[in-house]
Amino acid sequence: MSDAFIHFDKVSKAFGIVTVVDNLDLSIGRGEFVSMLGPSGSGKTTLLMMLAGFENPTSGAISVGGKRVDALPPHKRNMGVVFQNYALFPHMSVADNVAFPLKMRGASRSEIVERVTKALDMVQLSAFHERKPIQLSGGQQQRVALARALVFEPEVVLMDEPLGALDKKLREQMQMDIRDIHHRLGLTIVFVTHDQTEALTMSDRIAIFNHGKIEQIGRPSEIYDRPKTQFVAEFIGETNLLGGKVASSSNGVLNVILDGGQPISVASATTQEPGKHVKVSVRPERIELDSPGDGQNELKVRVTDIVYHGDHLQVLVDSGHRSFVVKATRKAVAPQVGQEIIASFSPEQCWIVS
Amino acid sequence: MKTLPVSKAVFGTAVVIFLMAPLFAILPLAFTDSIFLNYPIPGFSFRWFHELFTANAWRWSILNSLVIGCGTTILATVLGTIAALGLRGNSASLFFSFFRTAFLLPMVVPAVVLGVGMQLMFAQYGLANTYVGVIIAHTVIAIPFVVVNVTAALQGIDRRLENAAASLGASPAVVLQQVTLPLAMPGIVSGAVFAFATSLDEVVLTLFVAGPNQRTVARQMFSTIRENISPAIAAAAFLFIVGTVVIAGLVLLAQKKTQRA
Repeated sequence: MSDAFIHFDKVSKAFGIVTVVDNLDLSIGRGEFVSMLGPSGSGKTTLLMMLAGFENPTSGAISVGGKRVDALPPHKRNMGVVFQNYALFPHMSVADNVAFPLKMRGASRSEIVERVTKALDMVQLSAFHERKPIQLSGGQQQRVALARALVFEPEVVLMDEPLGALDKKLREQMQMDIRDIHHRLGLTIVFVTHDQTEALTMSDRIAIFNHGKIEQIGRPSEIYDRPKTQFVAEFIGETNLLGGKVASSSNGVLNVILDGGQPISVASATTQEPGKHVKVSVRPERIELDSPGDGQNELKVRVTDIVYHGDHLQVLVDSGHRSFVVKATRKAVAPQVGQEIIASFSPEQCWIVS
Repeated sequence: MKTLPVSKAVFGTAVVIFLMAPLFAILPLAFTDSIFLNYPIPGFSFRWFHELFTANAWRWSILNSLVIGCGTTILATVLGTIAALGLRGNSASLFFSFFRTAFLLPMVVPAVVLGVGMQLMFAQYGLANTYVGVIIAHTVIAIPFVVVNVTAALQGIDRRLENAAASLGASPAVVLQQVTLPLAMPGIVSGAVFAFATSLDEVVLTLFVAGPNQRTVARQMFSTIRENISPAIAAAAFLFIVGTVVIAGLVLLAQKKTQRA
């Protein structure tokens, strides 16, 4: 990306003999909302801490707005950081917490009052100026932390699993609030999370971390609908991985013989050598039961289990060679356990993962 | 199992009596009107408290104890806090564990040994028989209490608070002054109180390094009981105990504050 605002250039971080971030390149555009998603220990938080200046890279360079920042101490980087545990100063009132970054920048008393009021209004906590953080609920504390990280108008805001400690309802509310603030203020946000829904709903782009490297980076729809690797396919959402062998490939369509012997077609931008073993990923909600259409891949399966989820049914089916999961919409006639049925999916709804 | 609480209560009470009996033995004598330090007490009087605050030797010793105690408290608290800050983190490194142990050594080294060493060294540097000398001597044995208390308080501080402050634009010095020290304050106060208490009842080092001008209350009690057994000792002891109770209360208060933070 040529208009990279934040740029990681071959950044590595090792603690002793353990390499946590491994020779990583990443560019983030100005005003972009990028989520870093991955299992714990995949290096996403360490990368964020290096951007904030709390950790120094073992090698490589980090630049923001064209300037190297990796040698700068945290207090000179001008980035707002929101922590998972809020990290509010317990000995200061809510207003003093929010005023802290302004005081550090030598703002005048009247300016501080005005901007603190504005920031607390923005997060709907105007009535809580004089409270101590401990007197607030988790969601309120996180909103104070957000106000504190935004009040000095940093260009970059870093969030380290900021919603991890909140319950589901509150988390969804805060997700909307953060998205809204991102759009209104045009902030560049780097957001670390292990919650895939959060990443999918909030981000412009998602970077999937695994073993200190980025497995895939792209728009949420690219990550979900076209995961490049098995790891990404399994990490984001649920998936069925079907093993098979390439029979032939032509015009962007691969003909694959599944391990059970059934032939299927897979849309693929790349051609594969005939005879090569491949893995085909199909999302459970992309599979239709008992409604075959033209040009669809069809598999004869037997229903082995049905799990009721309210808005949908999770149907376990067996093709004789392997079992897989189907997310079935609720219909008038529900499938029955033991029923022989046709499972179908289009060539465009499945893809090869490495 | 039912009998266990009873035996516990009996044993507990016995231990408390064993520990407290000397105190209860000396305290009533502070209010005697006799000139002898023994029972029975003929009548009630405040004459020995009066003596304490009017007799020159006692008045000076109280003043000395306060001056040396305050000096020790300030010096030990400042040095101990700096040490605790320096020893924070890096628990695995040999260098740090060496210093951590070194700072606690004065707690276990016999005071007589320290006293002999100090007397020799202080004479060399002209510190023998001076207030500064006594304050330094007391500071040496008071520092471990400050280090222990401040270290415990620092361990309770979430590093992310300091990181947050730094990210909001606070330089390391400002982080220390605005976040770390205020949050560690209960531990620093406890340490200071312990330092003062240590200085107040220290006798051994004082015997070695103090001259006649630096006679503290503890030292004065020690010589009084040998020279002329006067109930003024009991009065001084009474003041000591009242002071200790007040100090213990302060520590409890400070610790309660830590728990709430």
